Amino acid sequence: MSLQPHTPRAKMESRELTLRYGTKTAINKVSLAILEHRVTALIGPSGCGKSTFLRSLNRMNDLIPGTNHTGHILLDDTDINDRSVDVVDLRRRVGMVFQKSNPFPKSIFENVAYGLRVGGMKDKAELAARVEKSLRGGALWDEVKDRLNESALGLSGGQQQRLCIARAMAVEPEVLLMDEPASALDPIATAKIEELIHELKAQYTIAIVTHNMQQAARVSDRTAFFYMGELVECGATEQIFTNPREKRTEDYVTGKFG
Amino acid sequence: MTYTTRRAVGLFLTTLTGLAAFLMVGMLALILLDVIANGASHVTWTFLSQPPSDGMMGGGIFPAIVGTAALTLLMTLAVMPVGVLTAVYLHEYASPGSRLAAWVRVAVVNLAGVPSIVFGLFGLGFFILFVGRGMDRVLGYEEMHWAQPGILWASLTLAVLTLPVVIVSTEEALRAVPLDHRTASLALGATQSQTLVRVVLPGALPGILTGAVLAISRGAGEVAPILFTGAAYFLPDLPSHLNSQFMHLGYHTYVLATQSPDVEATRPLLYATVLVLLLLTFALNLVAVIIRTRTRRKAAGAH
Repeated sequence: MSLQPHTPRAKMESRELTLRYGTKTAINKVSLAILEHRVTALIGPSGCGKSTFLRSLNRMNDLIPGTNHTGHILLDDTDINDRSVDVVDLRRRVGMVFQKSNPFPKSIFENVAYGLRVGGMKDKAELAARVEKSLRGGALWDEVKDRLNESALGLSGGQQQRLCIARAMAVEPEVLLMDEPASALDPIATAKIEELIHELKAQYTIAIVTHNMQQAARVSDRTAFFYMGELVECGATEQIFTNPREKRTEDYVTGKFG
Repeated sequence: MTYTTRRAVGLFLTTLTGLAAFLMVGMLALILLDVIANGASHVTWTFLSQPPSDGMMGGGIFPAIVGTAALTLLMTLAVMPVGVLTAVYLHEYASPGSRLAAWVRVAVVNLAGVPSIVFGLFGLGFFILFVGRGMDRVLGYEEMHWAQPGILWASLTLAVLTLPVVIVSTEEALRAVPLDHRTASLALGATQSQTLVRVVLPGALPGILTGAVLAISRGAGEVAPILFTGAAYFLPDLPSHLNSQFMHLGYHTYVLATQSPDVEATRPLLYATVLVLLLLTFALNLVAVIIRTRTRRKAAGAH
């Protein structure tokens, strides 16, 4: 956590966002700003809607049949659900890292190059340069530089997750969404991911869903607490953890439920 | 139940299941041994490289080998694209509640249950009399050109027969591609078609090739569908055009077994033909299995 001299602008913002799976309301009238070049942590008990909220930011919920929403999500003041917005384009601007590392059964190089190739990049030198840059950015380069052509499935769990982060960064998105990126990793691998998140925020706007309160406190600048599909409270991380306005937030962050 | 009876029941079941498994292996071994013992000595280079002679009582089976191979190849070329595309539609593009997809699935299941002789008649009626005649009329042939039995029509008939196998196994293979890989691809800004071509189909390839193996081994041995659609009783020439008739190992086996004037004299030929048919089918299977194992190892990422 660092002191912010002035409040940066909102890179993404939801306004009165309500999302339903069929008739079940997953998130209810959530208005939340994701500030530029800050790490926003989304916390809350299982099923509180934090992951659903995250997935709606790059429209991954579109893939689940029967979802519908009301309200707006803005990226740089443009509604991402607007007819004129190409969802492929949106996902290149708003990248995502998943809970379970999911490298393709391809080589390490091809995994990182994937987003570039589908984006139309063909030049070999350019691809190689971007792959190296992304792997360095993902703090994985030194570990894999001699085996770029080996299968990504041969990497350890922590390495695979850093590969997925590097893969997401290769496309150079503006926003990076992370859905419990370290929940399946051991403490050492987790520490590396957290360190990485710290470094990434200079370039990216990050939203991270986490179950781990300490992690939220360690990595984020701002924290949003979700409960039963509603946004209970959002503020500077320090304030949420030391001086929450809401009783429910206090109960959750102090471990009374969750 | 006492301990002794429980033990006895257990032992009985073990023996019963073991016997059943042994029976199955035993039957296969018996068939193979019989065919090899009676046929192997007759499978010579002359037999493999010469057409039949002396009213089927001499010579070899070269045209039948070529005919079977060409037929199976054409069938595979026809069935794989259609089968794979159908499965891709069913699994990747049709919405889960799609009525069309439901109907297609019902059709596939029913197609799989149709007796093969019906496919033969269907091939005759549809491909030769309907499509063939239509083509002759449109292309201006005075004499029958396409409206007669030929290797193209026979292979298309077999393709229809093996279509359900390919569709079902391809759909199974598509289902086995982890959802994680699709979402990862889409989250990286790939379109649905890019995801299909670059992630889903490569991931499903081993399973798709399994479908090809099954289709080939089913198709290579079927005789009924080609009886009316292209198989020739005796034809020393190799099929040279898509409308040529052809000899076929399976049909030749039937001919040797039932149409010979001298059963004793043709028996070694019959055994040898069956042996070659079995070997050809096994060889085709083996090739496909090797390809499949290779791609699977590659897909899993050989370390």
